[in-house]
Amino acid sequence: MRDIHALLKQRHRLGPLEPRKGGLAFVTVPRENLRGLLLELRDTHGFTHLVLLTAVDWMEDGLFQLTYMLNNRGRDLTLGIRVMIDREEAQGDTIHDMWPTAATYQRELKEMFGIDFPGSPRLDEEFILEGWTDLPPYRRDFDSLAYSQQTYAERPGRVTHDPREYMKSKLYPDGV
Amino acid sequence: MFSFKPDRSQYPAPGPDGKLQIDLETGKYLKLWQGPNHPGITGNMSVELTVCGDEVVEGKTHVGYLHRGFEKLMERRTFIQVFPIVCRVCVPEPDFNEYCYAAAVEDLAGIEAPEYAQWMRTLILEMGRFNSYMMFLGGIGGALGLGITGQWMTYVRDLMLDRFEELTGARIYHMFILPGGVRGHLPEGFEGRMEEVLDTAERYLADIDRVMFSNSVFKTRTKGVGVIDPALFEPYGVTGPNARAGGVAKDLRKDSPYLVYDQLDFEVATATDSDIFARATVRRADVQTSIDLIRQILKKMPKTGPAMAKIPNVLHWKIPRGETYIKGECSRGEYGYYLVTDGTGYPRRINVRGPSYTHAMALLEHLIPGTNISDVAALMVSLHTYPPEIER
Repeated sequence: MRDIHALLKQRHRLGPLEPRKGGLAFVTVPRENLRGLLLELRDTHGFTHLVLLTAVDWMEDGLFQLTYMLNNRGRDLTLGIRVMIDREEAQGDTIHDMWPTAATYQRELKEMFGIDFPGSPRLDEEFILEGWTDLPPYRRDFDSLAYSQQTYAERPGRVTHDPREYMKSKLYPDGV
Repeated sequence: MFSFKPDRSQYPAPGPDGKLQIDLETGKYLKLWQGPNHPGITGNMSVELTVCGDEVVEGKTHVGYLHRGFEKLMERRTFIQVFPIVCRVCVPEPDFNEYCYAAAVEDLAGIEAPEYAQWMRTLILEMGRFNSYMMFLGGIGGALGLGITGQWMTYVRDLMLDRFEELTGARIYHMFILPGGVRGHLPEGFEGRMEEVLDTAERYLADIDRVMFSNSVFKTRTKGVGVIDPALFEPYGVTGPNARAGGVAKDLRKDSPYLVYDQLDFEVATATDSDIFARATVRRADVQTSIDLIRQILKKMPKTGPAMAKIPNVLHWKIPRGETYIKGECSRGEYGYYLVTDGTGYPRRINVRGPSYTHAMALLEHLIPGTNISDVAALMVSLHTYPPEIER
């Protein structure tokens, strides 16, 4: 992996390589270099398998992290490519023309995180949610507990516990 | 012998975006929903079919019937409290979720599971794979009108669930694999009782070979139907038996060995035709591989040894900031967990990479046009998809 990183570092303005065990590594790339990097990795370096595309919400930093996980099956190398984008104007570059299956991931990210991918097919069609009008639910500022309490009625006679406190009381009945 | 040949001459020409311009008002086309509650659908999903006569012109996958926001729920749980959720991402083969998540936590927390636990995890995963294939072999027969295969395979799966119950205390959601190892050791006499199950399974599988794989109706309806062009494998993220049926001899157990697979002797099953029949035969061969592997594991695994490594107090467990991806070969292809931690006692983000995500969405929608309505069920089942992996 280091050889590939050294080769592409300058051209695509890659951040430092962060290797983990088992042929896995992560690297950060500026958004404007993403498509060029993916294309070169796919066509020249054998990273033909798009494993996943997802987002991580770093709300306190005002950023979304898009993670593109690529795999070179021949050499068993997996590269996680991070792209940090502004959380307020969340927009990424579509890659459905490189991997048609990416359109599904992008559709999900639009619905669950509110991240736009202009040009991606069927992006605004409902994917999992139906008639959703609230915040995109996988954003950190969407409070799923508060939403449930406001939306659904409590079943009579049902007792609820804070999971952490309940577990503590079960493990240490006399107090920690 | 009847052979379905789509006649595309009656369709309108595609528009500039490549999509068919379908006007339902003409009365030539009909919208037909297959699912979400339908015997010819895999799990709780539906396919919106546009049909012209008995030919499908367009198909769109709809999911969301099971959505409970698993990934979001996990962010509110401590690392150990995530376990009751992860296994529910895939009902027929839940153990892969437990393994991938546990291994991801171990990777970021710097914990190494003991050798005994590695063997036990491999055993559990192969037992889960066996069960998943039982559901497949029953399902593919059911999708083509062979009701008896579903009953036989359900019976055999039930026998394996007995072994799961004996080993883990649970039949479906085992939660036996935990960060640091596994919850216990093999019960006394387990090997003998497992051998009885495997013997019974082999007898029933021989029957399946006779009534299904040698059945001319089954062959006619599956050979040359639902062919996936191997050129689509990479663009559509096709992995596992679906790719191996098209001649791609890739299996993470061989190519990227995890747990103790490098100490086990097995071959990767492949086929060449890439149609429904080829996908079924690859899975049939895989069942035999799993049976052989279970026997090998029980023979080779250590009889004693610690099952768990020392882990921190789970109530106060904070994992340093980091991210990792753990993958394995489940019965449907590459299964993986992407875990991001931020130094607190809760996961920052967990993303589940299930093979059904690509197989049941983009790939299925690509394969459906041009098929006969009656083949859609077999096509879907042949991809072996489980909807919760899509809407997790």
